[in-house]
Amino acid sequence: MSKKRCVAMLLAGGQGTRLGKLTTRLAKPAVPFGGKYRIIDFTLSNCSNSNIDTVGVLTQYQPYILNSYIGIGSAWDLDRKNGGVSVLPPFLGQKGGEWYKGTANAIYQNMYYLRQYDPEYVLVISGDHIYRMDYSEMLDYHEEQGADATIAVLEVPWNEANRFGIMNTDEENRIVEFQEKPEEPKTNLASMGVYIFSWKALEKYLTEDEANPDSSNDFGKDIIPAMIEDQKKLYAYSFSGYWKDVGTLQSLWEANMDLLDDDPDLILNDPSWRIYSVNPNQPPQYIAPQANVSRSLVNEGCVVYGEVYRSVLFYGVHVGLGTTIKNSIIMPDVKIGANVKIENAIIESGTVIEDGMELGNKDGSISLIADGEIVSVPK
Amino acid sequence: MKKVVGVINLVDENNDLSELTRHRSFASVPFAGRYRLIDFSLSSMTNAGINTVAVFTREKYRSLLDHLGSGKEWDLDRHQGGLFFQPPASDERVTNGDIRSFHENISFFKRSLSHYVVVTNGKLVWNVDFHNVIDEHEETGADITLVYKPCDDPYVSGNTYNVLHTNEEDRVERLNLDVEPLPGDDVYLNTFVMKSSLLISIVEEAVETGKYKSINEAIAASLSRYHVHGCHFGGYVSFIDNVQSYYRYSMELLDPNVTQELFYNKGPIYTKVKHEAPAKYDESSTVVNSLIANGCTVSGTVENSILFRGVKVGKGAVIRNSIIMQKCEISEGAIVENVILDKDVSVSPHEKVTSEDEPRVIAKSTVL
Repeated sequence: MSKKRCVAMLLAGGQGTRLGKLTTRLAKPAVPFGGKYRIIDFTLSNCSNSNIDTVGVLTQYQPYILNSYIGIGSAWDLDRKNGGVSVLPPFLGQKGGEWYKGTANAIYQNMYYLRQYDPEYVLVISGDHIYRMDYSEMLDYHEEQGADATIAVLEVPWNEANRFGIMNTDEENRIVEFQEKPEEPKTNLASMGVYIFSWKALEKYLTEDEANPDSSNDFGKDIIPAMIEDQKKLYAYSFSGYWKDVGTLQSLWEANMDLLDDDPDLILNDPSWRIYSVNPNQPPQYIAPQANVSRSLVNEGCVVYGEVYRSVLFYGVHVGLGTTIKNSIIMPDVKIGANVKIENAIIESGTVIEDGMELGNKDGSISLIADGEIVSVPK
Repeated sequence: MKKVVGVINLVDENNDLSELTRHRSFASVPFAGRYRLIDFSLSSMTNAGINTVAVFTREKYRSLLDHLGSGKEWDLDRHQGGLFFQPPASDERVTNGDIRSFHENISFFKRSLSHYVVVTNGKLVWNVDFHNVIDEHEETGADITLVYKPCDDPYVSGNTYNVLHTNEEDRVERLNLDVEPLPGDDVYLNTFVMKSSLLISIVEEAVETGKYKSINEAIAASLSRYHVHGCHFGGYVSFIDNVQSYYRYSMELLDPNVTQELFYNKGPIYTKVKHEAPAKYDESSTVVNSLIANGCTVSGTVENSILFRGVKVGKGAVIRNSIIMQKCEISEGAIVENVILDKDVSVSPHEKVTSEDEPRVIAKSTVL
């Protein structure tokens, strides 16, 4: 393997418990988003568009769908002779093995993978977030500062700052304090879960962290505080674009609805920054004479006879005659019969909805229809 | 199954689609919102497990080459076999007949060590199961099997086709080349199956004697010498040979039964992937009876039309009975009716682009 300037480690083992039944059979990064994508497409496309061609994807929870989706990485141009994408599940060795105990331990267990590329820098990202970001600019910043670690930060509303890891920085953007979900945040600079480490520093701290039996082996809780304590050079890198952690059904729904604005903050069809995904080979969507579609995203393979307003339809969705769909997300291959009413709902892939059914609440709460069950989620 | 190689023979294709074929081969004319005509035959080959396919071309193949690339989208980037793109072997222009192309590529047939060869062309819109055709060929013990379709298109006369006549045992007794078919005639779809060894000997003999310029001529003259079987194709197939028929067959796609048969009943139709976002409909969009591809943004009105990938329809713009190809931009308040816009055409605000009777083709990248 030849040397790489930067290798990305993409954490994709998350269960996404708060997404309820949506993640029964798949990991959070594999959850469908935006009419044709899975959440992980955004970070994989970021890597590809940032010229990072070596990506280790760390999987653990329900990995099958994610594994088969990623394949050899062709969809993201990550099928490379040297580097490319590698799926890295936990494994057994001669001396046994164990599950990934935390984000830091997941990288620790795969140091052999990083060593073969002898990288200068390691980018650690999470497959749970929706955003478009040029990591190469952050890498340049990291290099210019001569930092040991750089953490991407985003200004969040003050009243939400207590839900994030908050950075306290000096005038030169150097991180002097890190508070995980603080009750009284000192700043509103939240960590986006995007880290760049100089490999030598990361290697040292991961090894020390592993030797500490009291550690929770987590980047935010253990590695970063230890580096700050040792007065290592940690810098905050400000990011100002769209970023969303779609950790709950409500935020997943909101992030989809954000795309329906006239000028959405997250642009999906920028030719200079393609969001890549695996293509299901479906014909163009058919909008029938009786149909009415507005303020919506509709993907290939859809056949629409009914009314669709402010909704996101993934590929292969059929909407029957006289059916109305409002404020909803309809995941791939859902077949909806005639005279159905759906409002404020998320319908899981492959669901069949019979004629005349009424789903969803008018009070603004989001209903999830998954596994043949209707789960109401209060706002 | 015995090993089969495929050939998409574009050597004798015509250029009758006006502006649409000015700079591109017939087989690479855009169709159905996101495909090129060749995708239908090529995908049918892939779906039948034929993983060695040669494309014989003569001219204007730049856009085709760009479209096919390594053949990856059709699963044809193989170590064993794969896609063979075969332009002419020399610059010398040959104006008619495909025998020479077959002869130039004779080593393709010899090297492939295949048992059968399936030859078709790049202009048919269909989803054919070549397995069935080969099975029928084997069951009847024929030397050559020609695929035909009884012509049910009332507009087809006026153009020349190859028409065959079979006896009650489905044996082809006559093959009349370049005639105007009458409704109900059995039109030969320029698609055949034979043993590779037979094809090689027919081609070599034709070249040695100099008697035939095309494979079809050679077959037509050998109906008593070989057992030539007629295989009736019962599915949907297009007869596209001019702008009118291109438009008509495009509009047939607005019948869900047609798209069901072409895209869903059998294997998928593959094409070059563009990674466009889903189509976006604004608050003010009105779309009825239309096919819309991904990457489109629609703020205006679209009726009875086909929008290819990445088309923008501005507020108050109206598109009716039209085919709008990739990346066209129809600005605010513009009216587009009964036209075919080739790729990258932009229509200025409040401009009117219409055609009274016959659909008009606007050339690629025109600004109106």
